[in-house]
Amino acid sequence: MIEFAMPSLGADMADGTLVEWLKKPGDQVKRGDIIATVETQKGLIDIEVFDEGFIEKLMVEENTKVPVGTLMALINPTKKTELEKAIPVIEEMPSIQPTEEKVILPSIAERIKIKASPLAKRIAAENNIDLSLIKGTGENGAITRKDVENTIGHKIPEPEKELTVLATEQTKEESISNTLRAAVAAAMSKSNREIPHYYLEKKIDLSKALFWMHDINKQQPIEKRLLPAALLIKAVACSLREVPELNAIWDTELRLKTDINIGFVVSLRNGGIIVPAIHAADKKTVAEIMESLNDIIPRARALRLRSSELSDSTITVTNIGEGGADLVYGIIYPPQVAIIGFGSISEQVFAVKGLIGVHPMIQASLAGDHRATDGLTGSRFLLALNNHLQNPEAL
Amino acid sequence: MNKEETEKIIFQLLKKIAPETEPSKLSPNENIRESLGIDSYDFLQFIVALNDKLKIEIPEEDYGKITSFNSLTDYLLKKQR
Repeated sequence: MIEFAMPSLGADMADGTLVEWLKKPGDQVKRGDIIATVETQKGLIDIEVFDEGFIEKLMVEENTKVPVGTLMALINPTKKTELEKAIPVIEEMPSIQPTEEKVILPSIAERIKIKASPLAKRIAAENNIDLSLIKGTGENGAITRKDVENTIGHKIPEPEKELTVLATEQTKEESISNTLRAAVAAAMSKSNREIPHYYLEKKIDLSKALFWMHDINKQQPIEKRLLPAALLIKAVACSLREVPELNAIWDTELRLKTDINIGFVVSLRNGGIIVPAIHAADKKTVAEIMESLNDIIPRARALRLRSSELSDSTITVTNIGEGGADLVYGIIYPPQVAIIGFGSISEQVFAVKGLIGVHPMIQASLAGDHRATDGLTGSRFLLALNNHLQNPEAL
Repeated sequence: MNKEETEKIIFQLLKKIAPETEPSKLSPNENIRESLGIDSYDFLQFIVALNDKLKIEIPEEDYGKITSFNSLTDYLLKKQR
């Protein structure tokens, strides 16, 4: 039996609240399937499963706070979910840690699942209403918002009720924004406290890279246009193949990572940042990286990411974008060992082979963990980055 | 499409991209992206949305011609002719 535990959602998050199971006992799951949604400081996260099989048992109730590493479900790798096996399996189960007060202890009888809409569940939770006491009038007896409100006994007139819901949503958004700020604060404070950063920077001529990109964009429909960010991410990924010491984590020693998953800083309009991973960026084409950005950025801004996107980054890239500051010095996201910063692209006087001209330039910075690597490694990386950006067609 | 309708569409699309701002309060020659805090990614989404709505494809080399509300409106009106 495979034990599915609450995955890590980045170094700065210790737990999340299980909002909804999207699979039930008996359902087949395969790698990458979304098994549940969990509410965290970084919004509503889709929790993915990394094994194949059939759900044998769900071990945690919805609306329960689940620390990272907690057993959430049992997955049977063979075809049949055998109920008769349930007893020995449960006996083998490690006892739930006493600190996880709300984690439901496994019972032999299948727990009764109460059908209710997410809104109904939330209103019930906010008003301390026991859903099992309500008779649902929705589809298949599901409990609706109306059922809960009738139970509360507050007969709110329709327009006012809508306002109440809206107000709740707004408060929720504000509270996510606050908790996100707290998560960023915690991770960055830890980084500044523990990681001795060193900084390097290099001016990079983007004439060739942008010429190549504009040329491609002329032949593409608008929605497939590339942005410089896609090129920069690909160039970082290619450079990491040559300097793998920066694609790593620090855990009392330097541990290199095989996959190159680039965490890309997305800033949210209401403040705060979120850093989803672009998986295997070195194996993607520039166009595929752009597709990833088109997929990830709107989801990051809507706070709807997947668990692997929050936990798998092996390095971070922060890109100021057009019209902003010339240079950014990043703070490493632990346990990673480097962060690459790109300032905005601007036209500058630059000499190439003794000829002075005006070139589109970008200033790239590298902040490295001095426990893990030295300036020479960082310098090699920036040189590789420059070389890749001078040969964009090879990216 | 007349000037008024074009302006209305621009406001709508900008509001969609930067919901917490008030695009209709932009002064005519203000830099749209700077004032509304629109990054390269959002700007591309705006260009895509303009193409969807008005069937006007704005090439990259023309981005410099559409920085303010006035210049963008003029550009779009010229292209519609």
